[in-house]
Amino acid sequence: MKEQGMSVIVRTVTRFVYALILIFGFYVIMHGHLTPGGGFQGGAVVASAFALLLVAFGSAGIKGRLNWHWLQTLEEIGAIAFLGLGFLGIGTAFFYNMMANSGGFLFGKSIEVLGSNPGVLNAGGTVPLMNWAVGLKVMTGIACIVIVMLVGAKKEETE
Amino acid sequence: MRKVLLFTAFLFVSAFLLMGVTEMRPFGEPAASAMDDYFIENTQTEVAVNNIVTAVVFDYRGFDTLGEATVLFAAVVCILGLFRKLKEDER
Repeated sequence: MKEQGMSVIVRTVTRFVYALILIFGFYVIMHGHLTPGGGFQGGAVVASAFALLLVAFGSAGIKGRLNWHWLQTLEEIGAIAFLGLGFLGIGTAFFYNMMANSGGFLFGKSIEVLGSNPGVLNAGGTVPLMNWAVGLKVMTGIACIVIVMLVGAKKEETE
Repeated sequence: MRKVLLFTAFLFVSAFLLMGVTEMRPFGEPAASAMDDYFIENTQTEVAVNNIVTAVVFDYRGFDTLGEATVLFAAVVCILGLFRKLKEDER
């Protein structure tokens, strides 16, 4: 079988850069409530890592490692988690942030010093959780689109 | 004839845009800033989040984000439906 994908240089660099892109993407999602970025942006960064993997190794190179059925299931889990977090505050209003400033164990702290400050990671209520839900949804959704389209295009070529 | 028509349309559109530009407010002085001031003053105490944009997207305007997520979901479902036949052939 003819080898798909790009040259050895691209594949070697991809092996190095892939983990760094993943780390940066998850950092953007995780610190979405403190630094610029958020679920959508970090999810797009992580999805770009999957796209790089596909471009460098070809659709045959990722066969058996990235299964788009799993990615689709994860995307639906993200969507349902986002909707559930929205329903969490329905006692007051839809998408009401009831966990913020509650003093709870998870993301319940409040900011003591107002104005410009580094911020508190364990604060924000449902906002960081929604960041994770939307990030999971965006990263798996875009990765699913890229994988299915590339595999489909490869199939058209061979026919 | 065609050139004259295009030139007239060009003049018309530029005059329209320039008319709007002449009445523009100076940079940094928006006409209505009550909403921005509210977000800037109250986000840290209400949501305990430093990134005001994230607070607006996921808290104050969470319903809008739900719509955005639905758009992405619809796009993924449509593309999977388009390429379904190819996957069936593979099996």
